Amino acid sequence: MIEASELTKTYHMGSVEVQALRGVSFRIERGEAVAIMGQSGSGKSTLMSILGCLDLPTSGQYFLDGKNTAALNDDELATIRNRKIGFVFQQFNLLPRATVLRNVELPLLYAGMNDSQVRKEGRQRAEAILNSVGLGDRLNHRPSELSGGQQQRAAIARALTNEPDMILADEPTGNLDSHTGAEIMNLLIGLNQSRGLTLVIVTHDATIAAQTQRIIRLRDGLIETDQS
Amino acid sequence: MSLYQNLLEALESLNANKLRSMLTVLGIVIGVSAVIAMLSIGRGARASITSQIESIGTNLIYVTPGSFRQGGIASAAGTAGTLTIEDANALASQAGVVAVAPEVDGRVQISYLGQNSNTRVVGVTPSYQDVRNLTLADGAFISDSNQVAHSSVVVLGSAVATNLFSSTAGVVGQSVRLGGQPFRVIGVLDSKGGSGFFNQDDQIFVPLSTAQTRLVGNERFRGANVINQISVEAASSNDVPQVVNNVTELMRSRHRTVPGADDFTVTSQQDALGAATQVTDTLTIFLGGIAGISLAVGGIGIMNIMLTSVTERTREIGLRKAIGARRRDILLQFLVESMVLSLLGGLIGVAFGWLIAHLIGSVQLGGSTIKPVVGLDSVLLATLFSMAVGLFFGIYPATRAARLLPVEALRYE
Repeated sequence: MIEASELTKTYHMGSVEVQALRGVSFRIERGEAVAIMGQSGSGKSTLMSILGCLDLPTSGQYFLDGKNTAALNDDELATIRNRKIGFVFQQFNLLPRATVLRNVELPLLYAGMNDSQVRKEGRQRAEAILNSVGLGDRLNHRPSELSGGQQQRAAIARALTNEPDMILADEPTGNLDSHTGAEIMNLLIGLNQSRGLTLVIVTHDATIAAQTQRIIRLRDGLIETDQS
Repeated sequence: MSLYQNLLEALESLNANKLRSMLTVLGIVIGVSAVIAMLSIGRGARASITSQIESIGTNLIYVTPGSFRQGGIASAAGTAGTLTIEDANALASQAGVVAVAPEVDGRVQISYLGQNSNTRVVGVTPSYQDVRNLTLADGAFISDSNQVAHSSVVVLGSAVATNLFSSTAGVVGQSVRLGGQPFRVIGVLDSKGGSGFFNQDDQIFVPLSTAQTRLVGNERFRGANVINQISVEAASSNDVPQVVNNVTELMRSRHRTVPGADDFTVTSQQDALGAATQVTDTLTIFLGGIAGISLAVGGIGIMNIMLTSVTERTREIGLRKAIGARRRDILLQFLVESMVLSLLGGLIGVAFGWLIAHLIGSVQLGGSTIKPVVGLDSVLLATLFSMAVGLFFGIYPATRAARLLPVEALRYE
């Protein structure tokens, strides 16, 4: 379902050209759990942005469910991000002013749900998802009133709202202590196993990567190893 | 995302930065209230001037002499002694003319015991009272027999009476001196409430015949007594244009002049009304324009704060894009926010401007007050204009937000 072929990405920093990716090709099948590892500067974040349709490659092709993302316009890419991909970030990226419930509802609003639908089904769905990640008693708290682990659970709940095919997690445990990090990893791996969600985790932590079925190692913009 | 949801988000975000939002709104409040106050004061001035002119009568037509020409050099209009009592008599028989009042005027020293003042003396016939809507506080106006007998009688304007006698009561029957000659006061007029450079209460009236023989001199033109002005009363204000035409035609045939070389001028009270309202309208536009500038400055304040807000919330915008917000979602979100600011400012500004207008209305300005008129149209104008300001100054920041690339916005520190 994910097919990357000869992806390159070049950034222009003033007059200097930085080649973040120099030709990366791989396939990830539906339901796989994959870790992308590498040193900082290896190109793993760039790869993650391209896989998440947040950015387009300089050359090469990225097929998502057989569709070439290079042919899509901004709005179509936004719809793919909304429907097919759930993002989990290192810094959680919850809206600080909104309640946990509102944060989790947000993808529904961008999916075109109208006001009455949001008030009825949307609320129910968001509550159900928050219950499933163990935040059922924190619905009306603001992110600042939650612990780091709880915030990341809320972020995972938000990623699940539109029932995506794939979760893209960028250093999801990077801001958490090891115990909480392990809990978050259990949650993510559990989602992969129970719901069949494709899981792609970018990390530099070998113990995190070890929990997945497959590890792709990047080095200087190229794939160093790809082991299952 | 629906408009309602955008509104919720906007209110939440403005609420998060209360002081900043309030200061931004204040800019619009000042602009809108200035517009409302200025427009209402302009309207009030117009209404008060209009009502003063209308109190004299809207169906009045004046015939005044043209300018005096000698050797191709024209002197000021009204200086030629070309109007005569015969002209006035001829005009009286025209269709649509109810009454005609010829007059001569000049300035005279009026004295009573130790008091004296210089005032305008007008020589009039009895019809002048009806034509000019004069009402008496005491006594009687000049009568036909006064006119025939060249009587030494005078009717005082209320300001003159107050100046000389400190009161309008008990003045009738007293003897005053006009340029040294004794005159008996037979009446005192009610106040017309005029103010400014021409005070209708600061004049006195004597019989036309008396004025010509004893006060302002007696020129003759084509064998008849010269007068300074003829007031013509039309049957109704609708008849005024027709009567103006008739009067002009008759005067031309009597004076044997052609259009463009007339030795007289015909003006109506409606012309004066038109000129006065034109002046106040210009004033209103001028004041409103200055107030509009402050509204534009308020709009720049909105733009400034929205740009700051976009920069501060770059990561938030990136996150929204990552979870599926399209460009137009982001655009709408920031536009709604700037329009909420400006509309809020507009509504408070209307209330505040109304208050200012009424405060100014209660202040005495040169003896008269201006009653401010806050029209629904100026309220609508100010509100719509402030929304347009919000839209206009919100577009650039909102477009900037919508154009942010998701990956760069997410990495923004």
